[in-house]
Amino acid sequence: MTGEVPLWEVFIRPRNGLAHRHVGSLHAADEVMALQAARDVYTRRGEGNSIWVVPSKAITASDPDQAAENFEPGEKIYRHPTFYDIPEEVGHM
Amino acid sequence: MALFEALLELADDHLVLGHRLSEWCGHAPMLEEDLAMPNMALDLIGTARNLYAYAGEVEGKGQSEDDLAYLRDERAYRNLLLVERPNEDFAHTMLRQLYFAAFMHPYWQAALSSSDETVRGIAGKAVKEMAYHIRHAGEWVVRLGDGTEESARRMKDAVFALSIYVDELFEEGAGDDALPSRAAIRPVFDKTIARIFDEAGLESLEVPFPQSGGRDGRHGEGLGHMLAEMQSVYRAHPGASW
Repeated sequence: MTGEVPLWEVFIRPRNGLAHRHVGSLHAADEVMALQAARDVYTRRGEGNSIWVVPSKAITASDPDQAAENFEPGEKIYRHPTFYDIPEEVGHM
Repeated sequence: MALFEALLELADDHLVLGHRLSEWCGHAPMLEEDLAMPNMALDLIGTARNLYAYAGEVEGKGQSEDDLAYLRDERAYRNLLLVERPNEDFAHTMLRQLYFAAFMHPYWQAALSSSDETVRGIAGKAVKEMAYHIRHAGEWVVRLGDGTEESARRMKDAVFALSIYVDELFEEGAGDDALPSRAAIRPVFDKTIARIFDEAGLESLEVPFPQSGGRDGRHGEGLGHMLAEMQSVYRAHPGASW
C-alpha cells in the first residue's frame, strides 16, 4: 500500500515564538490525512502546538556531489565578522 | 444503583471498543495507522478506567476497576452490540469507530453540564478525544467510500453490516439523572453521519430489524472469545497489579 501513498515531511513548532523544525516524514494519501498522521506519530507527548506538512517531492535538495563547492569556503576568513578590527570609539555594535 | 448500572454500561462500551481497536496493533496497513489506532484505543481504555473506578466508588462494595473489567463474564457485560463487532476490514473498523464517536461526542458535550462533578471531569477529557475520533474515522470513511471501486464496495458492505446496530445506541438503558439522555442525541448523530456519508457517496440504509440486547447481556458470539483473551492474564494471576 505504501508504494502508492505519497511521502510527506513533517515540521513541528514546539512553542509560540520558535520556528517550525523538521521532525521526520510519513506516508499519507493527501494533506488532510498527512496532518492527522503527523498528529498521531509526532505529537503524542505534547511536542508542539503547530504542525506543517509538505509533500517530500516539493523539496529541492542540494546535490551531495557539489558539497565541495557549496560548503567549503576554505580560508576566506574575511567572511567572519571577527576578521575586522573595530575601533574602540565605536563601542558595541 | 441506577448510576452504578449506567456507568457500567458506558465503561463496558469504552473497554470493549478499545480492546477491539487494540487488536489492530501491529497489523495496520501502514505504520501511521498502526500508531493512530492504538492511540484511539488508549483514549477509550483511559475513559473506561475512569468510569469503572467511579462505578466501583458509587457502588461502595470495594470493587476496583480491575475487578469490574476482568472478573465479569460475557452475560454480565452491558456494552452495545456495535462495539463488540469484529474488526473485519479497515472499512468496518472505521465505520464502527465513526458511529461510536458520533454518538459519544454529543453525549459527553451534554455531560459537561451534569450535576455530578466526576462525570463532568470525565466528559471534559473525553469530549476532545471523541472530536478527534470523528475526524480521523470520518476522513477514512470519506476516502474509502469515494475511493476505488473496491474500497467503495467494502465501505458499502460495512454500512450494510453495521447499520443494524445503530438504533441500540439511543436506547436509554439504565439511565440516571446525572447522565445525559441518549435518545435526545439522535438528531446531532444523524447530522454528523449524513454530512460524512454525503461526502463519501454513501447512503444510509433503512433498517427494518434493528439489533439490540447488549444492555441486557445478550451478546454476539464474538464477545466471549474477546473477553476470554482480555481477561486471561488477570484471572490466571488474581490480584496481580501492574
